[in-house]
Order: sequence, then structure tokens, then C-alpha cells
Amino acid sequence: MTVAIVGAAETTELGKIPDLSQIQLHADAALNTLADAGLQAKDIDGVATAGESPIAIAHYLGIAPRWVDGSSVGGCSFMLHVRHAAAAIEAGYADTILITHGESGRSGVGRGGGGGGRASLPAQFEGPYGGMGPTTMFTIGVLRYMKQYGMTHEQLAMVAVVQREWAGMNPRASFRDPITVEDVLNSRMIAYPFHLFECCLVTDGGGALILTKAERAKDFPNRPVYILGSGESVESPMVSQMKDLTSSQAFRIAGGEALRSAGISHEDVDHLMVYDAFAHLPIWGLEDLGFCERGEAAGFIEDGNTRPGGKLPLNTNGGGLSYMHSGMYGMYALQESVRQMRGTAPAQVPDAEISVCLGVGGMFAASGCIVMTNQQP
Amino acid sequence: MADSTGLRPRPLPQPTPETQHFWDGTKVGELRLQRCIDCGTVYFPPRPVCPGNSSSDVEWFVASGNGSLLSYVINYRPHPSFDGPYAIALVKLDEGPTMMSNIVDCPQTPEALVLDMPLEVTFENHGDIAIPLFRPKGS
Ligand SMILES: [Zn+2]
Repeated sequence: MTVAIVGAAETTELGKIPDLSQIQLHADAALNTLADAGLQAKDIDGVATAGESPIAIAHYLGIAPRWVDGSSVGGCSFMLHVRHAAAAIEAGYADTILITHGESGRSGVGRGGGGGGRASLPAQFEGPYGGMGPTTMFTIGVLRYMKQYGMTHEQLAMVAVVQREWAGMNPRASFRDPITVEDVLNSRMIAYPFHLFECCLVTDGGGALILTKAERAKDFPNRPVYILGSGESVESPMVSQMKDLTSSQAFRIAGGEALRSAGISHEDVDHLMVYDAFAHLPIWGLEDLGFCERGEAAGFIEDGNTRPGGKLPLNTNGGGLSYMHSGMYGMYALQESVRQMRGTAPAQVPDAEISVCLGVGGMFAASGCIVMTNQQP
Repeated sequence: MADSTGLRPRPLPQPTPETQHFWDGTKVGELRLQRCIDCGTVYFPPRPVCPGNSSSDVEWFVASGNGSLLSYVINYRPHPSFDGPYAIALVKLDEGPTMMSNIVDCPQTPEALVLDMPLEVTFENHGDIAIPLFRPKGS
């Protein structure tokens, strides 16, 4: 397969442009390029950029991508994006990819560290209202979910209770003592309706992975774990601008693509990880991945389906709520999926062959999903 | 605690050319939104391109300032701009878009903050910038 460039343009003006902010320079170049190609933003399914976040670019232009590249390695980043995009198109990860650049290098309007400082859209339209990071922003849609679907405070607390059961089987988990729903609801209020035990830990740690060609995999000392499928997406840099507070568009696109590209159905999945920065994320994950109907995941957890011995073991290391959470927990979720596929997890799921690992970035801003198996594809 | 959002310093926005019309509006007591002339989409936050169909043929207009309480959290951790627990809210505007804000003239409690309660905009002046806040309608 060969990949071609079918649209190319620069900003309408060049030189000194004090009337456009940096993100609007991206948008201006993008719109000119779309016009050059005879396309609209909705025709784009892959976004790459540097200098601004691809999340911000996608949301600004109204793109719901299924492939994202924010590789930021300086001035040659866009050469890398072209290369990654070509590989992505050949792999079927995206059909039509937009690569943008914009930089208010002279006028300095809305510029700064990819976020634009006080001039970024999140700083202008969320910053004044007293947000304290994830505890107040990740959690802000949950009351709406509770009203819409009737989820109770006790059901939300149950997420933490079940994950503590898994943590109790894991000698490396930070918190291992069993807890009850009452313990959760009696723990300190952090951001109503969230109590301390419904928020992730803050710990130190790290992790790493090495990948190689499958045909070489058997030359290594440990049981190979194969990548069966994957997906990615972004929605909005502002939680307030989610299309639906009760569901993550990025989860749906990334998860759907991962399951589709793996060629599996939900019944094939033996083990599931859902990045749990807060207790509601496994609920969103179960529904957005399609394991549960909308509004039914809290009951699914309450009924014991995700606990040890249940039909869909979930967050078997204890998760961010009980195992560890250093800030970017996705690596630890991947490590647990690998352990389960190797058969070496402290709380090993017997005979597990397929693991799905769903990660989140920002406050439902981004998502990546990996499907792994220990069976040679 | 009933009104915890007095004139304590807040992290204030720095307008850009594409958002200036919005912040000019708040200073004169107007909540301004944008509408696509081609497809009718009303959207927020401000940008000179429609997220529905990529059209640049867009206009701003003065919104009603009416909305309803879509969701919120009540933050219990100390913040330099607020006294005691305070709500960070999402307001569904009658015209469609959602905005983050604070709810004033209302106890910051789950009992007083009822989802879907009608709200109306009010503005808090901080010198060069006025911040849109919301209060129970008719309060
Ligand atoms: Zn439009």
C-alpha cells in the first residue's frame, strides 16, 4: 500500500499575526488544508500535532479521531507525524489524517507550553471556578449519572470495596485490609459525592515494557504476550465540554476499535483492566466498552461479577484505588494485564487467555485501549 | 458559606482574539454565544469555526442567560479563592451549550443544589474581567 498527501496549505497570512491565537493558527491552517482537499473536519479520523495538544486541536475543530499522535520532539515533529501517519494508514488505524502546525512565535498570542497559560481555553472557561485538579474535575459528571440511572452512593462505594478484595490478594498493594461500603461512606469527604476511599492513591513507582516482532518472541525467557488489538481517541481538553457527562466518547472509540481490531467479542474477554483514578471509572469503562448496557454497570459490580471468582475479573491488582497510582497509572494497568497473560499475577485468573486494558488520559480527555493474549495469533 | 464566591482573587482568564467578544460581553452584562450561520449549531467555548461542519461563517449573539444545573461537585479541600466547601458546577444553557461555573446566592449543599434547578447568569467584576456565575432563578 502507498500513502499520499492529498491536502496541503499554510495559514492565510504569514508574518506578524497578532489577531490570532496559537490554536487558531492551527485551525486556520487546518481549514485551508481541508478546503484544499475538498474535505470537512468530520471527514478526518486521525489527528497529529505538536506544540498544542492533539486533544485541543481535535475538540476545537470538531473531530472525533480514532488515531492520535502528539509526538513532540521539536521542529522535526511533523516529519515523524507523516511517518507515523503513513504507518497508521497502512495498518488501517485511520483513513484520513490531518497534521497541523501553528505557532504565535512572534506575537505570542495564546502561546505557552502547549496549554497557552491563562489564555488557553481551559484556563479561560474552567480555571476561574475553583477546580482542584482531578478530584473535582474527573468527578463532576457523576451526580448527573446518578440521577439519570439511579446509581446509589452505596453502589459507587462498592467499586472500592471489590477492588480492595483484589488488593488483599496482592502483596505489593498499598492498601490490603478489607473494607465495607460503610467504611467508604464514612471516609473523609473530598469532593461530594466522592469520599477518600473512592479516590486513587498518590504513590511513587514506575514500569516499562519491551516489544518486538512476534516471530522473535519465543527467543525470550518469559511467556510471550501478544498484542491482539488496539485503539485510541481523544474528546476534549475540558471536562465541561464532554458531549455526554455519563459516557466517554474517547472510551467508546478507543475501546470499540481495540475489540474490533482484535476480532473478538465481549464473551472472549477473560480479564479486564479499567484505569480507575476514581471509583466511577470502571462503571464508565464497563459501559463504554460494551460489557454492560448504559446504566447497568454499577449493578453488575454490586452483583459480584467483577470480584474474585466473578465472570469478568476487573482491576485484579487492586487498581488505582488500592494497588498504587503514581499519576500516570496506565503503565501499571498494562503491567497487570501482562502478568495475567503470563500467568504470574498474585491474584491470577485461572486459564485467562485474553485481557483488555483500557486507559484514560486527562479527565476523560483521551483514551487508549490494548487487547493482549497469551495465545500465538 | 451561603455565598462563598465573594470578591476573593480568582485565577482570571486572559482573553485571546477569538474569545475577546465573550469577555467584552461579560463586562457589559451579556452572556454571548456563537451560532453557525450555515448549519445553526450553537457552540461554546468561543472559536471562529463551527465544530459541526467546519464553516467559518459564524456569528455571536446574546444568550438568554438562563440554564439549569447539569451536574456538580462540592469541593472540601481548601482553596485560596473560597471559604469552606463550595460547588463547582456545570450549567446547561437553554441555548444548548454547557458551561462550568459556580452557583451563588445558594447554600453549597446537596440539599440546596438540586439537579435541573433553573439558574440565571450573574456577573462578578474583577477589574478588567467579569466572570459569569449563576444563581437560582428568581433569587
Ligand atoms: Zn456549522
